[in-house]
Amino acid sequence: MTESSPSLSEPIAQTSKLGDRLFGGTSKGAGILILVTLAAVSLFLISEAWPAFTTDLTDLDGGDTFFQYVLPLVFGTIWASFLALTIALPLAVAVALFISHYAPRRMASTLGYFVDLLAAIPSVVFGLWGITVLAPILARSIYPWLEENLGFLPFFAGPASTSGRTMMTAAIVLSVMVLPIITAISREVFLQTPRLHEEASLALGATKWEMISQAVLPYGRSGVVSGAMLGLGRALGETMAVAIILSPADLITFNVISNQNPNTIASNIALKFPESSGLEVNRLIATGLVLFLITFIVNVFARRVADSGFSGAEG
Amino acid sequence: MTLLEVEPSSPERSRHQKSSITAGQLGRKWHIVIVVSSILVGALTWVPTGSVNWARWVIVALVTYCVGVYVAARLVEGRRKAMDRLMTALITGAFALVSLPLISVVWTVVERGSSRFDVEFFTSSMRGVVGEGGGAYHAIVGTLIVTALATAMSVPVGLFTAIYLVEYGNGRRLARAIATMVDVMTGIPSIVAGLFAYAVFVAAFGPGARSGIAGAVALTVLMTPVVVRSSEEMLRLVPNELREAATALGVPKWKVIVKVVLPTAISGIITGIMLAIARVIGETAPLLVTAGIAQGVNWNPFDGRMTTLPVYTYYQYVQPGVPPDAGQDRAWTAALTLMLIVMALFTLARILSTVLQPKGLK
Repeated sequence: MTESSPSLSEPIAQTSKLGDRLFGGTSKGAGILILVTLAAVSLFLISEAWPAFTTDLTDLDGGDTFFQYVLPLVFGTIWASFLALTIALPLAVAVALFISHYAPRRMASTLGYFVDLLAAIPSVVFGLWGITVLAPILARSIYPWLEENLGFLPFFAGPASTSGRTMMTAAIVLSVMVLPIITAISREVFLQTPRLHEEASLALGATKWEMISQAVLPYGRSGVVSGAMLGLGRALGETMAVAIILSPADLITFNVISNQNPNTIASNIALKFPESSGLEVNRLIATGLVLFLITFIVNVFARRVADSGFSGAEG
Repeated sequence: MTLLEVEPSSPERSRHQKSSITAGQLGRKWHIVIVVSSILVGALTWVPTGSVNWARWVIVALVTYCVGVYVAARLVEGRRKAMDRLMTALITGAFALVSLPLISVVWTVVERGSSRFDVEFFTSSMRGVVGEGGGAYHAIVGTLIVTALATAMSVPVGLFTAIYLVEYGNGRRLARAIATMVDVMTGIPSIVAGLFAYAVFVAAFGPGARSGIAGAVALTVLMTPVVVRSSEEMLRLVPNELREAATALGVPKWKVIVKVVLPTAISGIITGIMLAIARVIGETAPLLVTAGIAQGVNWNPFDGRMTTLPVYTYYQYVQPGVPPDAGQDRAWTAALTLMLIVMALFTLARILSTVLQPKGLK
């Protein structure tokens, strides 16, 4: 990024009048308004969440203390996002490579547009699709098989859900949702690989795949990681798809194909909030605060990776 | 990478093919044979069940092709070429695999949503409707009002912030703080934005308050950072020479921005705004906790609950009513409507970005 707004305008600023001051002031004010808003977000959330930390919660169901209540939710949130990212990341990198290096050029720009479009499909639509199309298919043909053949692994211990409303289904739908985001960012960095690196590799006799693994992938690594982090951020905060699909229970388990699943923070809020009142609302807001913290940490980490630069990038 | 058919020149040389240069190549003919046979193997999966399962067909065919092409290339061309072909197959296969669910999403929404895509759906609300009939008129009105309010609040703030960051900030501490905070804001989960708006309006109007404006505030929190980011990027693309030329002519800075910088960047800014609208118009969670759900039309965002299209979709699905089919059909049609709106915004953004692009830029 080049520094803009040259100091050339300084002498003019002295002679300029009300208009300039007004315009500059408005711009500055808008910027400050953003800071104020963010401070307000934190303040209001903390003040509304405060009773949940300080009051005795024994009258409410789901744990005596806030910590007991939020722990399975934190686990569910991280577990679901981790699974989604594990599924989505390799596929997203492959699709990005396909668009940037394998597809015919004319097709590539259309595909890029298509991927951007998919990233904007509302999550409630993915949720509806997950529960009506994907869940029955998985429950019919995949889960019984997994339980029978891989049941010795804790992940597939079963009993296999017959409705398909499992952590696995939710994770797959989440991965479909974050895939366009990771793909879009990875494709950007793959396209930025210096042509000379690629040609040098090919000139040394590398096959296309060797060229990609030697020149394109190392160059794009940090971009892919920050894309994955952004995808993780979306998966962590994703609400409706999980709320529609998952059949939640209050427990911690790695079992991904049963009817008893840990819920996620966001989905728990969406499910309980409309019917809650009093202290329950405070407790839900407190869980929202925890979610905010988790996503904040992920975003800071993503920013750090992105700022550390594209390895071997232009000087 | 064309698949040329190169016959080994003589039988005895082909026996000693070790180097990748002298090795033979998997001819196009053989390649087609592998493709066709793997499709056929995929088709064999019909036999036990007797019904066509497209997804299984595609997946089995892909796996068979990967194995087939690797083994064939390994035998004829050697290890490195075989690896290359395998990766090509895997990458193309991943693309096909990913297309399956995405096509399925679009197809399902269009297929199931078209059954109630009629006049009644767009002209009547859910007031007094128990079973069949009814529509999403109130939800569409609500979505338009809430999104319009959110746009009206976030675009001026976002645009002016971007102007401050690019034109006035100049590396000042305040500008850096704002840029960082915009980044933080981008990462706010949508449900948290909803909780924030709820908390603000509860503090102002007492517990249980739900209104359209609260939903709009939640969407504004989500939309503003997107507008700032995209506008900032577009303003930075404006060449400095234009600013310098105008300033040299004695034009005050604010006029330089309004008359020179903004018109140059306007196409990108408008595209960014359209995409931001497309992003928030499908938000369900924040509206669920702020605007709530109502059965009838509510034109007043400052008073009472206001249904929006995504929330309507959700409730029609989870609480479909007595014969569940009618409610679920309405949910799918609402989803289809939502998707069409998002697509329309996307396409509009694309058209505007080319139409409004000033000459000589890019």
